[in-house]
Amino acid sequence: MSDPKYEYRKFVIGGIVLLIVITYSIRLAYLQLMCEDYKVFADSNAFLNNVIFPARGVIYDRNGDLLVYNQPAYDIMVVMREVENLDTLDFCSTLDITKDEFIQRMNNIKDRNKNPGYSSYTHQIFMGQIRSREFSVFQEKLFRFKGFYLRERNVRRYTYPNAAHLLGDVAEVSPRDIERDEYYDPGDYIGKQGVESSYETDLRGVKGVQVLLRDAHGRIQGHYKNGAYDRKPVPGRNITLSIDMELQRLGERLMEGKMGAIVAIEPSTGEVLAMVSAPNYDPRLMEGKERSRRMSEMFKDPMKPMLNRAISGTYPPGSTFKTSQGLTFLQEGIITDKTIYPCAHGFRYGRLKVGCHSHPSPIPLIPAIATSCNGYFCWGLYYMLGNRKKYPTVQQAMTTWKDYMVSMGFGYRLGIDMPGEARGMIPNANFYDKVYRQNWSALNIISISIGQGEVTLTPLQIANLGATIANRGYYITPHVVKHVEGGKLADSLLYKHVVPVDKRYYEMVVNGMRGAVIGGTCRGANNPWYEVCGKTGTAQNRGHDHSVFMGFAPRNNPKIAIAVYVENGGWGATYGVPIGALMMEQYIRGELSEASKQRALSIQGRHIIYN
Amino acid sequence: MNRKPKSIFMSIDWITILLYVILITWGWFSVCGACYDFSNHDLFGWETNSGKQLVWGGTSLVLAALLMLVEKKFFDSTAYFIYALIIFLLFITIFIAPDTKGSHSWIPIGPVKLQPAEFAKFAVALALGKYMSEYNFSMRNTRHFSTLVAIIVVPMLLIIMQRETGSALVYFAFFLMLYREGMTGSLLFTGFATVLYFVVGLRYSDSLMSYLPVSIGEFTVLLLSMIFTTMLSWIYYRDTDDLKLMSAVGLGTTSFMLLFAFFVIPFNICVIMLTVNILFVLYLVGKALYYKLYRYLLIALFCTFSSGFYYMCDTIFDHLEPHQRIRIEVLLGMKDDPRGAGYNVNQAKIAIGSGGLTGKGFLNGTQTKLKYVPEQHTDFIFCTVGEEEGFIGSFGVLVTFLCFIWRLIILAERQPDTLGRVYGYSVVSIFTFHLFINIGMVLGLTPVIGIPLPFFSYGGSSLWGFTILLFIFLRMDAERNVQKVK
Repeated sequence: MSDPKYEYRKFVIGGIVLLIVITYSIRLAYLQLMCEDYKVFADSNAFLNNVIFPARGVIYDRNGDLLVYNQPAYDIMVVMREVENLDTLDFCSTLDITKDEFIQRMNNIKDRNKNPGYSSYTHQIFMGQIRSREFSVFQEKLFRFKGFYLRERNVRRYTYPNAAHLLGDVAEVSPRDIERDEYYDPGDYIGKQGVESSYETDLRGVKGVQVLLRDAHGRIQGHYKNGAYDRKPVPGRNITLSIDMELQRLGERLMEGKMGAIVAIEPSTGEVLAMVSAPNYDPRLMEGKERSRRMSEMFKDPMKPMLNRAISGTYPPGSTFKTSQGLTFLQEGIITDKTIYPCAHGFRYGRLKVGCHSHPSPIPLIPAIATSCNGYFCWGLYYMLGNRKKYPTVQQAMTTWKDYMVSMGFGYRLGIDMPGEARGMIPNANFYDKVYRQNWSALNIISISIGQGEVTLTPLQIANLGATIANRGYYITPHVVKHVEGGKLADSLLYKHVVPVDKRYYEMVVNGMRGAVIGGTCRGANNPWYEVCGKTGTAQNRGHDHSVFMGFAPRNNPKIAIAVYVENGGWGATYGVPIGALMMEQYIRGELSEASKQRALSIQGRHIIYN
Repeated sequence: MNRKPKSIFMSIDWITILLYVILITWGWFSVCGACYDFSNHDLFGWETNSGKQLVWGGTSLVLAALLMLVEKKFFDSTAYFIYALIIFLLFITIFIAPDTKGSHSWIPIGPVKLQPAEFAKFAVALALGKYMSEYNFSMRNTRHFSTLVAIIVVPMLLIIMQRETGSALVYFAFFLMLYREGMTGSLLFTGFATVLYFVVGLRYSDSLMSYLPVSIGEFTVLLLSMIFTTMLSWIYYRDTDDLKLMSAVGLGTTSFMLLFAFFVIPFNICVIMLTVNILFVLYLVGKALYYKLYRYLLIALFCTFSSGFYYMCDTIFDHLEPHQRIRIEVLLGMKDDPRGAGYNVNQAKIAIGSGGLTGKGFLNGTQTKLKYVPEQHTDFIFCTVGEEEGFIGSFGVLVTFLCFIWRLIILAERQPDTLGRVYGYSVVSIFTFHLFINIGMVLGLTPVIGIPLPFFSYGGSSLWGFTILLFIFLRMDAERNVQKVK
């Protein structure tokens, strides 16, 4: 039978139970009798937090032109308990949804994982932002749909069918958004993409709340403590973009039927004046419940209209990159403005050949930039990486080269105030050590000197290179927002990045770029009103070459620096130069001349066939 | 002898039955409070949960009466068969049960759903009782003890495979019964220490001491490890020299290092404390080998485990499933998440707190009525009690449960044989565990593990399960005099 030795243990077990009950009684006494936090609920009432949404901040362009504003729209709310005798067929056809969609939405509301605050007694959001046409029909029939209500909400409206990538849009928060930021509740809106996303916290404002009292029958008894705990909503901050909408619209017109990007920057401030990505889409199509359908359509589109090529596309910069090489070689003392290199239709070394067009040979730096000589820059890199007096190993030479590139804003994100910026690619010594198993020299990688090979940049980085040259050696972090009402821009957006290259070397490169416009590859950009400096690029590609232009104007006190990238556009002079020239003319003169208008129309009409 | 039936009727423990009826009635009123709402005033209709619960309660009484007719002999002879049957049922449930909120534990039979896991407890208790009443059974025999553990763990694993981890944890309760039957208390203590280390270590692993770059969690666990080790060796061997030496070394070093770090130079004193723990281990191992006192080895093992546990904690924690991790974080107050995992607990606390001393009155609760508290008629039923009946009511429930469990302990102690006593203590342990976890989670003291409050939570399976569990025991108890006469 039972070992008497263990009989005392009945007291231990009984004691454990007693201890549990005592502990829990103390806790109960604390919660129910002592703790004030919970006592406020003790008057047979329950709170109802009625959320009041603030107006979202509006968006202007740099000239005060209103781009994005709010308009009332309606959410359909449902109180599950009150739904009865619903004619589902009629309901669905009124809202133009399928029965499956209806069931899906009802189930999502009841699913506590997706909707943790669910109560069948309170208003739950059934469908957000219905269109005005559906709204009027629905409102007429509302009396037939017991348990359904309408709630007024503001939706975004866009003045122009342009700048979709830049502006972004708003949509219902995803469960992940809610998890990341406790500000949001299911059914709230949040900025997605573009400025709407990056300036979300400024634009959204602060939700207000009315604390209402309800009795045990769910009836509203009034404000709690006469509204002492109510909070008024704080409207969102208005935002002024640095974008010039006229310029933006011209850019989008010129890029019609093409793939690529245009970025224009005001060099002295880093303000982005225009940011075009083509193909684009009409932001007005992204309103309300249309959004998700449009999104999935566009995701399937092989032209990738959702991609903001201006900051997310990475391309070989082609010959526009030569300017950065010239600067590096000059600063490192590899060349002077007197140094001449031969170019007999290209760079030849043993069996290696990088072709070039015909021009006088040998030539010094400035005409080499003006005529876009490949040979010159290949020799430059060859002598830099091969200089064993200055750099003990090719790896060290490469690291020096890479540091110059990074200082010019390549290889890392520039930090623009937009989501989705890409880094581009600047290879380093480590990279080539892996590719060539430690055994490599300038000859293996010679094409990076002419902006080919492994090097890729975003159009923004190319434009920023233009801005850096225009400033003769520094750039301000590019940004698209000029001003936040009642707030200030992040310090990182106003930061001056100085490139460790002498100003006089920049002047030489400016001379070369001016030469390109007067008598070199960018003659098409020349005009009688102001001095344009430019550099074309014809980036080699598996298919047809990409057409690139980078430039700025006027030569002294530049007002605009620009990069144009047209995928498969052929020579830099074919699309890049005329588009760049028209953009600069529009911005500097405020309008296009008659001849330029004709030219703009003709470029707008020239479509590239992609397959 | 020839008046057996009457004597059995006379020997029924009516006190327990009275407490049972009180609890089950009280439970039904609570379910009414939780389910009642403005639009539906019908408390008795089959459509409402309260109506259904009334049916479950009524059938339970019938079930109880029927069970009183089944002789103990029957369970004695069929214990293993019942166990095997239940194991089989649990096994096939994994495959045939449809997905209900992620768990595969409910079998739909006509209009109702049954949860076999709720019926498995009594089978396990019977099997344990039967096995432990074999005449040569000994707790010290490793093979016997392993068999006991296997009897407990097999249904646990099957229930975990049904994605009902909460119900599976209940089986840990059987170790309380094993403790009564002579399982070494240090095993229970180690379990307690493990939970303590886990909670303290995890809760304070990221907070630093005021003037030292040392994690409070790490420091506390190492200190507790020293104290427990010293205590254990004192309890087992009563060696005063050991006690003096170990407390001098442990506390002395710790306080010296704290002062040194404060006045001279701050450094990571945990390294020193870990070293002291290692010294303890070496000392104990040395003593064990020298004096051939092998319990010192076990204490050394405990010390090793203790000081190592903190470092294992994070690893264990990272391997939990995300929802379990979040629940633990919320419970430990590491994460304030009133909308997500903390939502239930927070709403439960508000509902209970709003009850005050006397409560809002039957059917007058707003927090529970407006459906702020999810699962309020099942796992969170105690909220309704707290809100509508206030401190008086909820304290009353606790006291009633205390009397109920104490009465069961008395009953278990008076059993003439091992089967009865083991079964009785199994019943005690299971009710204790349910009470501990369920009310603890509603009060925000234990993790949210979805197990019902006996007789209160809505649900036929659990009510029937507890009724069966209890009345098999009451019948056994009623036969105690009969056997004596034999």
